[in-house]
Amino acid sequence: MELLTNQILAGIATGAIYACMALAVVMIYQAIDHLNFAQGEMAMFSTFMAWQMMQWGVPYWAAFVLTLILSFIGGIAIERLLFKPLAKAPILTNVAGFIALFAIVNSVAGLIWDFTIKQFPSPFGSAPFLGSQLISTHQAGMIGVTIGLLVLLFLFFRFTRIGLAMRAAATLPESARLVGINTSWMIALGWGMASAIGAIAGLLIAPVVFLEPNMMGGVLIYGFAAAVLGGLSSPLGAVVGGFLVGIFENLVGTYIPGAGNELKLPIALALIVIVLVVKPSGLFGHTVIKRV
Amino acid sequence: MTAMLDIKDLRAYYGQVQALHGLEFHLKEGSMTTLLGANGAGKTTTLRAICNMVRSTGTIEFEGKPLSGKSTENIVRLGIAHVPQGRGTFTTMTVEENLQLGAISRSDRAGIADDVERMYDHFPVLKQRHTQQAGTLSGGEQQMLAVARALMLRPRLMLLDEPSFGLAPLIVRDLFKILGKINREHKVTILVVEQNAQLALELADTAYVIETGRIVMSGSAKDISNNEDVRKSYLGY
Amino acid sequence: MSAIQETVTDAPAIDAVPKRAMTLGAGTSAVVLLLLLVMPLFVKNFVIFQLTTVLIYGLAVLALNILTGGSGQFSLGQSAFYALGAYISAVLMEHAGMNYALTLPISGIICFAFGFLFGLPALRLSGIYLALATFALAVAMPQFLKLGALEEWTGGVQGLVVTKPDAPFGLPLSQDTWLYYFTLAIAIAIYIASINLLRSRSGRAMMAIRDNEIAASAMGINVALYKTLAFGVSAGITGVAGGLGAIVVQFVAPDSYTIQLAIALFLGMVVGGVGWLPGSIVGAAFIVFVPNIAESISKGLSGAVFGVLLFVVIFLVPHGARQVALVCQHWIGKLKRS
Repeated sequence: MELLTNQILAGIATGAIYACMALAVVMIYQAIDHLNFAQGEMAMFSTFMAWQMMQWGVPYWAAFVLTLILSFIGGIAIERLLFKPLAKAPILTNVAGFIALFAIVNSVAGLIWDFTIKQFPSPFGSAPFLGSQLISTHQAGMIGVTIGLLVLLFLFFRFTRIGLAMRAAATLPESARLVGINTSWMIALGWGMASAIGAIAGLLIAPVVFLEPNMMGGVLIYGFAAAVLGGLSSPLGAVVGGFLVGIFENLVGTYIPGAGNELKLPIALALIVIVLVVKPSGLFGHTVIKRV
Repeated sequence: MTAMLDIKDLRAYYGQVQALHGLEFHLKEGSMTTLLGANGAGKTTTLRAICNMVRSTGTIEFEGKPLSGKSTENIVRLGIAHVPQGRGTFTTMTVEENLQLGAISRSDRAGIADDVERMYDHFPVLKQRHTQQAGTLSGGEQQMLAVARALMLRPRLMLLDEPSFGLAPLIVRDLFKILGKINREHKVTILVVEQNAQLALELADTAYVIETGRIVMSGSAKDISNNEDVRKSYLGY
Repeated sequence: MSAIQETVTDAPAIDAVPKRAMTLGAGTSAVVLLLLLVMPLFVKNFVIFQLTTVLIYGLAVLALNILTGGSGQFSLGQSAFYALGAYISAVLMEHAGMNYALTLPISGIICFAFGFLFGLPALRLSGIYLALATFALAVAMPQFLKLGALEEWTGGVQGLVVTKPDAPFGLPLSQDTWLYYFTLAIAIAIYIASINLLRSRSGRAMMAIRDNEIAASAMGINVALYKTLAFGVSAGITGVAGGLGAIVVQFVAPDSYTIQLAIALFLGMVVGGVGWLPGSIVGAAFIVFVPNIAESISKGLSGAVFGVLLFVVIFLVPHGARQVALVCQHWIGKLKRS
């Protein structure tokens, strides 16, 4: 029994990573209606920028804020330069564009910062949290930041006019234009916000997985899985999904004989698929009613 | 007096297919005009062309200024509210949020709050349901909401695409009464596209008849409704 | 309602072209076939090997095209079917001593069955959810092939070495040239069969489902049957391609069939034009040659160069090679008239 609770706690700790990434995934999904496969790489690049600033002697929080701002601008720039021209292209062509972006960002980061792993500092330290060996202060801090972000996003979308406009543009672009919303810029804004949230995720994840150009590969997959499990349209769902995926992963590793590290991912994914087969629009998503 | 909306030689295309073939008409300020025609005549396309939602050529002037090359959202911001066919309700949002969205291009917070209250006066049913998801409203209520949302822009011109579509006759009558009131009291110029020609002609002062992408008849609503051809083709008696 | 209106407004001009333009005309087909037949006579063995790879990937892209372009289902799991086909052929050849050509139909049939079964739970999923499910399949397959229990057959992490076949009947062809023609013959047969499939009643049913699932079921199309059938056919063809791949590369190992392969096949489909079967070969050529070109331009930045080249392609022709073909057709038509 103690093993079980311990594993669940450990799962929540890793789940915080996925939850954070999943929030960024949901953000971009809200804006553009599909998943950005390059999102993890963009977050990795942001994290490297912060690392570089700290190498130059910029204090942590200053680097944090600067990175967020640069990521926000960078996200908008990527949308304006690369994806706005593809707005009328088929969805699958856009997906190919994400893959191309993935290759570019990964390769450029590798060239600038090479592929050796680097230590990344945590603002919360890494002492045991409240005397527990399973959760460190860093992981507790991560959970706190994720939940804080969730609340901020909720307030933003619920109570600000720009948040309302973004939701409108995402759900019904044509109607949104008819009330005078510049939907194209709303998409760019979505990219900027997703990029900034991704940067936060990257900065929080880097102390755990170490910094290197491929650090986000696994995290992004779990982040996608978490977002999809949560229902893609709901930030709350993404966070809950993130924690669930973390718990799944740990329990599978502990209780399924022979699963080991290799099979953890496929089994966790299979479990998610089973959940989706039962509830195809995710745990918190609402079903979209289609008309002929 | 110059026309509020002046359209000349309007041609519109869906891909390779041409839907409008040199349409010409104009709207007088403060008028209520109806555009009549059979299915596929190009009524909806005309409205969509005004808001640049379909590829078109020709000139469209609003209060003397050409609209060509402007994006849909910028045309709307000039004061042209468009209630699309199917109402365009943001179904996952609340009634109140839908109204707020109508005024999203305005920045006078106090004025917006006043206008929301005015809409609740015009359409009491919306007040009752203001926290409900708009998708849970009935068809008639959603049409009221669409009109209210359009009015939240404080438009100078309002374009309505088949407001009676799918509504019970009694509700249609209510709706048209409200439209008449908006036209008279708020001085909003209205262009309404309708299949329900009888009702539209009762209410409008001017009418145009459109056939396969061309205006084939125009005049005062009274004259048009007395025209025998129109009676036979559109009014059914 | 508004969704429908939107498709009307935003429909690019390309959609005005009838969907049946899924094939090439007889003249163009003959020219392409002739090119494919004579090409090996003028190039080195290594290039012949690469061309064979293009044909094999072309088959795998074609299979994905039937699934996505034909029935509207998206899959990131094609690498799993490819791996399965490769291993079945390899195991049959090395452990059962079976003739290489005979292993291919077996790979195809087993993969068909596997794909059909996988299509059943996938029925409840669509779009991104289906992508995730098939993705799970793709990441699970290499791990599954590494399992200790199967090591006796699969060779575990080490994989299996496959014997390269000689040209039969004492034909004076090098092994590479023979395998090229062997692959070409199979590819042409499968291409023709696929075209006929999509033109048949079943093909029309699949396309109806792609265009509007609800309307299709209202017309009495058995949506579940045709969707799973599309999965099965696609997996079966991919399996044959995988088997051919094993024979040509002479080696199978779990890490040759990762998600990267599935992504490459997907890119091949986009570059070739989704739903346009002849484009499959163009897409396959892209995924075989462009990474090499990128590598030769800059070793350190090969990923970035590949990404940029990909962006260039999708900017110029967002509808892939199909768009090029349509433009050519348009110009040829103009020339003929004038």
